[in-house]
Amino acid sequence: MTVLARERDSEGGATSSTGSTLLDTVLRFRALGLLVVLAALVAVTAAVNPRFLSGSSIRDILLAASITLLLATGMTVVVLTRGIDLSVGSVLGLSAFCTAWLLSENPGVSIPVAMLVGLGIGAVCGLFNGSVVHFGRVPPLVATLGTLYVFRGVVYFVAGGSRINASDMPAGFLDFGSARVLGVPYLILISLVVLALVAVFLSRYRAGRDMYALGSSPEAAELAGIPAGRRKLTAYVLCGALAGLGGVLYAARYGTVDASAGYAMELDIVAAVVVGGVAIFGGSGSVLGAALGAFLLTVISNALPVLNIDQFWQRAIVGALIVGAIAVDRLVALRVAESLRKKGSHVG
Amino acid sequence: MSVEAGRQGRDGLHLSRFATWDVAIIVVTVVFLIFAVTSVQHFGTSQNATFLVLELAPILLLALPMTLIIVTGEIDLSVASTVGLTSSAMGVMWNSGVPLETIMPLCVVIGAVLGAVNGFFVTALGLPSLAVTIGTLALYRGLAFVLLGDTAVADFPRSHSSWTIGTIGETPIPNVLVPMIVLAGLFAAVLHAMPVGRAIFASGSNRVAAAFAGIPVAKLKFWLYVTSGAVAGLVGVFWTLRFSSARADNAHGLELTVVAAVLLGGVSIFGGKGTLPGVLAGVVLLSSLQNALRLANVSSEALTVVTGSLLIISVLAPNILGRVRGVLRRRLRRTHVPAPNP
Repeated sequence: MTVLARERDSEGGATSSTGSTLLDTVLRFRALGLLVVLAALVAVTAAVNPRFLSGSSIRDILLAASITLLLATGMTVVVLTRGIDLSVGSVLGLSAFCTAWLLSENPGVSIPVAMLVGLGIGAVCGLFNGSVVHFGRVPPLVATLGTLYVFRGVVYFVAGGSRINASDMPAGFLDFGSARVLGVPYLILISLVVLALVAVFLSRYRAGRDMYALGSSPEAAELAGIPAGRRKLTAYVLCGALAGLGGVLYAARYGTVDASAGYAMELDIVAAVVVGGVAIFGGSGSVLGAALGAFLLTVISNALPVLNIDQFWQRAIVGALIVGAIAVDRLVALRVAESLRKKGSHVG
Repeated sequence: MSVEAGRQGRDGLHLSRFATWDVAIIVVTVVFLIFAVTSVQHFGTSQNATFLVLELAPILLLALPMTLIIVTGEIDLSVASTVGLTSSAMGVMWNSGVPLETIMPLCVVIGAVLGAVNGFFVTALGLPSLAVTIGTLALYRGLAFVLLGDTAVADFPRSHSSWTIGTIGETPIPNVLVPMIVLAGLFAAVLHAMPVGRAIFASGSNRVAAAFAGIPVAKLKFWLYVTSGAVAGLVGVFWTLRFSSARADNAHGLELTVVAAVLLGGVSIFGGKGTLPGVLAGVVLLSSLQNALRLANVSSEALTVVTGSLLIISVLAPNILGRVRGVLRRRLRRTHVPAPNP
């Protein structure tokens, strides 16, 4: 990766001769590009309606982003290992309903305990996914597409047609959903702390680096003695646990939970991750990029009503972003490969 | 494939040649149908048989091109969204006064164009089909909602919708069974009796070797996606007329059932392996299982659990069987002949 980056830098002259230096620069600094798009979107929306930048509006965006952020962080780890977890929306729904139900039955349960329960439910789901993928040798897509429906079916089974209303839940829990420190909501703080921890884990710890190795070349990673099975299980359990934690935040934020909580959310999460520059074939990307992707998606969905665009466009935009992001990544990769080849022929 | 069969013959495991997954699934399907007819109330009635055929028609039609695509080692998760988008388009066109005779072929063309978009991204840009079609799954469904919002168009002429759900004369055989059988026969012929079919298997078994053998792998895949889209467009027309309702959320989530049925029918998700008769059995098994469970008053939530589990099991079971068979074979070899080397 670093070698590639260095090669790419030294090749700056050659690519600029193709005439789209600006485009190349933007593409090369993926995070920078995302920031520019994000800033432009915020600027345009704020120009149309200045209230978009008011305190309550920003808090709304941060609250909405906190859940997407949390799930995108977990998804990044799985995608890095060349996997995918399509069941996150269902895991979130399961955890949200179960914690809300637990709290409505036992108002005395403290918030940390509720969060641990949510984490635990998610981790068990993740362990199941990881086991099917690793021990059963089922491709991650198929395994988690299956569990997407299995877990959702379990939520419906548990919930039936019932719903848990805000009035059923202890006030302390709901306060926690809207409380803030120095104007910053608790929920986004939790997500940012998790994000920072996972970022450190991925960049500084051996197990974290192994995730990249597994995604870059599974065969080479195995030959290098990386315990592939344990790492993959870790990735899926982490992803599931964070989706479970996301469920607790969901319950705290919305107060009302029924069996459809988190429905079709996996698409937003996958979109956030690939838009954030995590390669869908693994081995490259960062949680920071995924976080930017999550913010971008949240800002888009909050900006649509302000810009007077039909809310129905949101799903179409998510889809277009997924396809667009992987297409751009591919074009960049092809261009890099080509310039490397040119360089090789010069040397030879 | 033939090497595998030869090796099994040498090991004396003659039975295993017949105990392939697709043969097993055909047997299981027949056994299940007999069981359901005899022990599930109302399952064997001609009324239910007609209903069952109408239920499985969209799954079966979508499973045909899906089989070919999965055999080449790719996947198309956007089929159900394509059905939704063509259904929406049908509603919009009908509202603006286009005659139905023009709308129906146009819907198939729209489907083909949507499939071509998938095919372009997968073959021209070389993107992973999984990621592309997850993207277009969201994109096409989103566009369906953009076209029609959450309203429904339901004033289609009765003559067309009653043909769709009608039967041939006084028999309980639904009209739609005829095009279903024709298309299934066509796809079976393409896959199992024509050079294109060999090329499809070759592309899925070993892409590089297939390319060296002169097979235009990319072109082949592109046209398979176009076919898949066109069939989805046809299903969009069928779905709309059957329920006499064009809605953006038509066929929501159907891609899971289709993929599950195809994998259940013994098609390998890794490509290069599978038969169309197996897939037909998979579709019939899945649909009649859902039908029987519904007749037995099992809730629709439990049905999603069943479909999801079957999807996982249909990949898990052959993997485990394969490993068990491998272990058995190694043991057999060890007892009969001294192994040359491990």
